[in-house]
Amino acid sequence: MPDRALFFQRYGVGLALVLLILFNLAVTPNFATSQTLAVNLTQVCTIVIVGVGMTLVIATGGIDLSVGSLMAIAGAMSPMFFTGQLFPVPLYVGIALGIVFPIIIAGVFGLFNGWLITKFSIQPIIATLVLFIAGRGIAQVSTNGDLQVFKVPEFQAIAIGRVLGVPFQVWIMLVIVAVAAFILHRTVFGKQVLAVGGNEAAARLAGVPATRVKYLVYLICGLCSGVAGLIVIAMNSAADANLIGLGMELDAIAAVVVGGTLLSGGRATIVGTLLGALVIQLVRYTLLANGVPDPAALVVKAGLIVLAVWLQRQEHN
Amino acid sequence: MKGWHISPSMAVVAVLIVLTLLGAWRYDGFVSAYNVQSVLRYNSMFALVALGMCFVIMTGGIDLSVGSVAAFSSVVAAHLSGYGLLPGLLGGLGAGVLAGTLNAIIITRLKILPFIATLATMLAASGTALLLANNQSVSVSYETGFVDLGQGDLLSFMRPEWVDGDNAGVFGGILGFILSFPTPAFIALAAYIVAAIVIGHTAFGRHILASGGGTEASRLMGLPVDRTIFFAYVISGATAGMAGVILAAQFGAGQPIEGIGWELFAIASVVVGGTLLTGGKGSIGGTLAGALLLGIIFTILNFENGMGWISLSAYWQSVVRGAFLFVVVVLQAKLSLRAQE
Amino acid sequence: MTTPLLSMQAISKSFGGIPALSEASLEVMPAEIMALVGQNGAGKSTMIKILNGAHALDSGTIQFDGAPWTAGSPQQAQRAGISTIFQEINLIGYRSVAENIFLGREPRRAFGLLDWKKINEEAASLLARFDVKVDVRAPLELYSTAIQQMVAIARAVSFAARLVIMDEPTSSLDEAEVTVLLRTVTQLKAEGVSVLFVSHKFDELYKVCDRVTIMRDGKTVAVTPMADISKLELVASMLGRELDEVQKKGATAFKGSAGKIGGELLSAKGVAIGHLVRDADVDVRSGEIVGLAGLLGSGRTETARAIFAADQRSAGDITFDGVTTNFKGPREAIAAGMGYCSEDRKSQGIIPGMTVAENLTLALMPALTRSGLLDEAKQREVVERFIKEIGIKCAGPNQKIRELSGGNQQKVLLARWLCMNPKLLILDEPTRGIDVGAKAEIQALIRRLATDGLGVLMISSELEEIVEGADRVFVLREGRTVGEFNHENLTEGDIMRAMAHDDAEDKRHADGAPARA
Repeated sequence: MPDRALFFQRYGVGLALVLLILFNLAVTPNFATSQTLAVNLTQVCTIVIVGVGMTLVIATGGIDLSVGSLMAIAGAMSPMFFTGQLFPVPLYVGIALGIVFPIIIAGVFGLFNGWLITKFSIQPIIATLVLFIAGRGIAQVSTNGDLQVFKVPEFQAIAIGRVLGVPFQVWIMLVIVAVAAFILHRTVFGKQVLAVGGNEAAARLAGVPATRVKYLVYLICGLCSGVAGLIVIAMNSAADANLIGLGMELDAIAAVVVGGTLLSGGRATIVGTLLGALVIQLVRYTLLANGVPDPAALVVKAGLIVLAVWLQRQEHN
Repeated sequence: MKGWHISPSMAVVAVLIVLTLLGAWRYDGFVSAYNVQSVLRYNSMFALVALGMCFVIMTGGIDLSVGSVAAFSSVVAAHLSGYGLLPGLLGGLGAGVLAGTLNAIIITRLKILPFIATLATMLAASGTALLLANNQSVSVSYETGFVDLGQGDLLSFMRPEWVDGDNAGVFGGILGFILSFPTPAFIALAAYIVAAIVIGHTAFGRHILASGGGTEASRLMGLPVDRTIFFAYVISGATAGMAGVILAAQFGAGQPIEGIGWELFAIASVVVGGTLLTGGKGSIGGTLAGALLLGIIFTILNFENGMGWISLSAYWQSVVRGAFLFVVVVLQAKLSLRAQE
Repeated sequence: MTTPLLSMQAISKSFGGIPALSEASLEVMPAEIMALVGQNGAGKSTMIKILNGAHALDSGTIQFDGAPWTAGSPQQAQRAGISTIFQEINLIGYRSVAENIFLGREPRRAFGLLDWKKINEEAASLLARFDVKVDVRAPLELYSTAIQQMVAIARAVSFAARLVIMDEPTSSLDEAEVTVLLRTVTQLKAEGVSVLFVSHKFDELYKVCDRVTIMRDGKTVAVTPMADISKLELVASMLGRELDEVQKKGATAFKGSAGKIGGELLSAKGVAIGHLVRDADVDVRSGEIVGLAGLLGSGRTETARAIFAADQRSAGDITFDGVTTNFKGPREAIAAGMGYCSEDRKSQGIIPGMTVAENLTLALMPALTRSGLLDEAKQREVVERFIKEIGIKCAGPNQKIRELSGGNQQKVLLARWLCMNPKLLILDEPTRGIDVGAKAEIQALIRRLATDGLGVLMISSELEEIVEGADRVFVLREGRTVGEFNHENLTEGDIMRAMAHDDAEDKRHADGAPARA
């Protein structure tokens, strides 16, 4: 591979981010404020958290389209616990249940994806389509499609509470990114994820438990989606099964691809996914802050995704 | 040879008949002309979208953009409806073809995976629709006859008055029913007939199935694989565009934020109708049956709720779709796993 | 003398500087069935791909039907009358038999509509010429591989093919199906069509072919009427051996005699997998190198994979280290002390995007953990030890393995198993595609490992490697073990005779110390 291609592969996202920031510093009024930073970070939190799970899935050569639906399931179920709708419980017990249970349920659905993919050798895109379709329905059915409004500051703290002036959800995101990056690069499991994505046949012959690895990445992706679903409802102080996580699959995949993870598997970077999400967000922010309407920003985002995937293809050939 | 076996589309038709009989037996007015017509009127948009999806899935691809392309087209059609029925119709259709062509170029020229390409087009179409509509619904013109595309009954001008009289009799009833068949259902039906002929009786149709059944083998046989796949996406764009026109005409407004989840309905219809999600094998008639089946399940839910015994929300639809998809996909996978052994 | 239908002269072709063909030639007469034989890498498939337009040639001339000819693509070749029938049948299983014959130039009626009646009738009559009776409207996938091949032939004929190239057409057929296929081939000849028949099953070649072209190392080494050459001569010519050549040349680096050979380590009896392996017996003792020889398609690799549980066998008993085993997958085989290096380094061996260290310790990694984390210090220690011990030339443990030469990649793969301290190592073509220097190093390493007590089962297409390297040799032919030889007095002739199934020679058993009844 020529050095230039290697350079872009490794530092392209970072470079794009720096250029965007410089551009904004020059052009966008009031850019260098902590307010701007907080806005942009909170906008990407859920995308990055789901993107982390998606990165691991894509690293094995798979894909998970069901992330948005799993977010909706977790988000729709959570308030039932802490608003005492199901059964009356002490507030903090309710909050604990409302956090732990939905995340576990999302994880179980992730395992279901893994089961379809490994047990029946169904292509990941088709297997995860099942929950992409049914998952949101399950969330809607369990809430009857109603908007659940709540005011439980103790719960909402997970999104809007601040520690050292930084929103708590940003801390959650950073911790998940750090842990996942550590797992991917420093543990046997991480190496096995990359080995399965890099050459599954060879990995199996070398005794890598490919089936178990796949189950685990889809489980993790489900858990991440669960966490993201809770953050969304905590931010909005309302749970709307129709909207939680809508379109998240594309946002997450976009962040992963822009971040430099190979769509065909075998090469992955968690930090890249974080940077990728920031780049996409910052492009949108730049456009909005300079008077471009939001729908136009959508179109730009679509172009950006196609460009990123296309560049990756060129580099790979 | 292997003797006869039940084809998937036959199974769907059987289920469809059973459900219709069940509905007729259980609910008053289920098979009334009014109910049948409103079910057909409402579901013809979805049936059209499913038809285009069927072409794409037969090639082994997928089109996740159909919902927002329909929304985009409905906005374009609404804007143009003031100039007449035809400009509205062609404008909406053209918008769909444009989006489909974009998909086709990204997929066959840039060689980007269909689901990513069409997800991106979904964003772009949605964004463009919102821009064109200024973030709100766009009213259609009621002066030009455009709304007839969605609300009219194509043959109603032939309707003699006695049909609506007290002594119309059985014949009058049947004639009345036929003559009040909704326009959008006619459009969908015509599209399905043309599609069935294209798939069953033209080289292009066979090449669609061949490309999905074995891309490399098709290339070696000298088939124009890329061109075939290209047109499959254009067709999907066109049917989504037509669905958008009907959407605008039926509800009297271009709806930039409609269409969410349409792709799921379409995929479920196609797959339930016996088309392989991996491509190469499929049925236009099965897709129609699949679309009707899902439509009828929705109607039954409504009637069931109307009886007041239980209360099932409309949201069960997507659960049911997903469950259908699950069953079919697992069965298909099991069959192909067995075939490999 | 009539002019040949096809004449390829002085054909050369190289890939990335490595020659695949040098001045090779091939002639096929009208209505002739020409056999094309050669070892893996002899250049047969490159020759075919040049002929049907999948590859362009570097130099040389091709005359087809009396005129110069270059094909731009397989489709173009097909239109000109050269059809290729590949081993993996390139038809569409979901589509009907008739459609598969006419896809791409379907008969039409008015308005561009297909003439299904004509399609089905013509397909049926075409197949009837070859005595194939099937429902042409049924999906092709419902029929056996043999029928599918016949459909592919019918497709070729419907294109008015003058020359049909058949690449290993019988490799996945059972005996009855082979008979039907061979009859079809003869029928083609009767209709004036020439056939280029690539196969490694000699009995078939003798049954239907008029002449044989033998290739070796990218050159054409012999062209002769089939009736004028014995099986043994055929094998000798393919492998580049003189018939009388029995002495050992000392060309390999399996230096040093065998160490102390221990007790039985592996015993596989009656192993079967589908059509490919029918009754394979192999056993290995610790400290011993056992060679597994056989021509292409003899089921060597499949037998090895079954022992390692990479594929599930359909019959047979395998005992390893004194225990009857029924491993569910490679993981259990590895845990029991086996290792397996595939013949296909690129797609079954290396993980290209990973580093030397990661590739080397891929199997060992679960043991290299400290409280769940990869113990990188320990990993580095292991990797550096093996890089030094077996002389892996790389920039360092963190270099990507895809940047290494073939020989060094192979050493990393060997080290992947050696760091596990295995009892048995199965090596499938351990020196294929490796330069001479690295080859000698690997051979010496294998001998050293065996001397230290490791059992080795080595598959190789190179006779000298088998004869000089192995302490004992099993020969497979068409999925069956047909010979077992001891190292003493073993000659290449013995192995060739067993591979070739030359009946007269077989019974004599020559000097080769036949250990088998």
